[in-house]
Amino acid sequence: MSEPPLRILLVDDEAPARRRLRDLLDDCATALPLVVIGEAQQGREALELLQSAPADLVLTDIHMPDMDGIELARHLLKLAHPPVVIFTTAFHEHAVQAFEVNAIDYLMKPIRVQRLLGALQKVPRLKPVGAERLSQLPATARRFLSVTERSRVVLVPIEDVVYLKAELKYITIRTREREYLLEESLTRLEHEFGARFLRVHRNCLVAREHIRGFERRVGNDGDAHWEVLLNGVAETLPVSRRQQFVVRDIGREPVNGATA
Amino acid sequence: MRSIIRQNANQPVLPDFRNLGTILRILIAVNAGAAIYAFARDGSPAATFAELTLATTIVEPYLFLVLAVLWMASPTLARLSFATGASIVALVATIVGVVLFATFNLLGPQPPATLLRWLVWALFAVGGLTFYFHLRARALSPAITEARLSALQARIRPHFLFNSINAVLSLVRSEPKRAELALQDMADLFRVLMRDNRDLAPLAAEVELCRQYLELEQLRLGDRLLVEWNVKSMPVDALVPPLVLQPLLENAVYHGIEPSSAPGTVSINLFLTRGEVHAILKNPYRADGGRHHAGNKMALNNIRERLALHFDAEASLESRITRDSYEVHIRMPYRTADPDAAPDHPRAAHGASRNHKNNGTNNRRIAVRARRPSVHVVTEVQHV
Repeated sequence: MSEPPLRILLVDDEAPARRRLRDLLDDCATALPLVVIGEAQQGREALELLQSAPADLVLTDIHMPDMDGIELARHLLKLAHPPVVIFTTAFHEHAVQAFEVNAIDYLMKPIRVQRLLGALQKVPRLKPVGAERLSQLPATARRFLSVTERSRVVLVPIEDVVYLKAELKYITIRTREREYLLEESLTRLEHEFGARFLRVHRNCLVAREHIRGFERRVGNDGDAHWEVLLNGVAETLPVSRRQQFVVRDIGREPVNGATA
Repeated sequence: MRSIIRQNANQPVLPDFRNLGTILRILIAVNAGAAIYAFARDGSPAATFAELTLATTIVEPYLFLVLAVLWMASPTLARLSFATGASIVALVATIVGVVLFATFNLLGPQPPATLLRWLVWALFAVGGLTFYFHLRARALSPAITEARLSALQARIRPHFLFNSINAVLSLVRSEPKRAELALQDMADLFRVLMRDNRDLAPLAAEVELCRQYLELEQLRLGDRLLVEWNVKSMPVDALVPPLVLQPLLENAVYHGIEPSSAPGTVSINLFLTRGEVHAILKNPYRADGGRHHAGNKMALNNIRERLALHFDAEASLESRITRDSYEVHIRMPYRTADPDAAPDHPRAAHGASRNHKNNGTNNRRIAVRARRPSVHVVTEVQHV
């Protein structure tokens, strides 16, 4: 009984690179049963494709516009059957050292057919690299947060996020339209996205660009505190006593539409 | 006008009196000297000020007159030996001094010093400045300047060559003819990158190089890279430092085009105005591109330094970010290789003979001369 062919998806923003990979995979096909299930120009498209046609292996470029290869690999982990990811890159930059240190597979362009075949033959024995190791790679902040809903992976563009609020096991992502549940750590998110979000409470990060202003309110207990007013979202968020200084600090910097 | 990089700096040379940098240095040095002299004569601030005011009434007209004469005589001086040239400069300083003194006496006001003392100071200044320019020329001597230029050259890192090799590999099987063309472009680019790039080269050659470079990038990026050339009023014969534009275009592609999947335009605008060559390069600015900009800074500093070595204060490079575009503006003096000028004099030929080394005619010497108008090269990249 022969093994089922290796199902492969190619991701690269440059058409010549995808064509070259296809040529090389054709060469490998004689030595190893494989099928290219598709090509994507960017991460988002790749994720869409994989939701309908699962693959065993994703060959992805590292440097791509909109969503780079490393971010793609992180989102792919949310799929029901995450594929193995092998990165491709044109430069031997210092970034590549991090791949070696973390034993993450990558292929240097121009890719040699022997090297590609060797990598393909290993795939059935490999497991996808976990989020922990991927986060060791030098990467810029993600452009999207990904959440799983009814066994589909949904991407939420980071600029749509109004606030992130930690609640018990999950983090609630609030956009203008709706809420999503995310399983990540608020501290890590704060670290990753840096200045984009403002911590107004132990459990809450607010996107600076969505802050409309602050309002002083007196609660039932007679204590006064600040509330964050948001653009496009009616609800308000309390600023904790410890984070009160952010109200003062933000008044000193230009914020879109802020009327502090 | 010569390039300020000296060819024969072991022999003393006179500075180029038409070079803005030279003129500025003379003005500053003499005025600083006058200020120190005024202070030394009487230490009190009030007296110093009075002395200085009096001194400048004669120093400034004298200085401008001498500089004007030297400016006119510059081409002639360039053809003479150093000793003759220096004597003529001293003679000019003396004659202008005598004439000015006579005029002052005629008009009434008492000059602030005797003629003899004045001339002693003037000749002292001539001697001091000549020595200074000699030292400066030595500091910019071929060995040192060329070492610096080579080092700067080596820092240009042609990342795109790897990209291009990958792009060509992808064409070899399906479109061998296009692969052939691309390899030829690459060969040309390699030739330029590897050759001795220390001498000025015609702007037309740099533009051709840029076109080849952008064609290779288009192979890879397809419709994402749009290019807009505005070279109708480009001075094709202007001499510019080699690789003055190509690294900027590489940056434009790397920072302006690659980070987005939407098409973007790189625009190149080259023109000549008021004796200066301008280059304006524009590319879309991606604030959230996430690409580090250290590489860009390095390229800009590299080009800025090479411009300074070749043109001193007469060239500049500025970059600015507008709302959605990043723009680099280069301004250079308009210099051409003029085959008629002073074929045999080493100084007139300086900086020129080597410009044509690649033609294999090393004995054909050509003087680099500035024309009144200069050429500005402006490169811009726009977000479309």
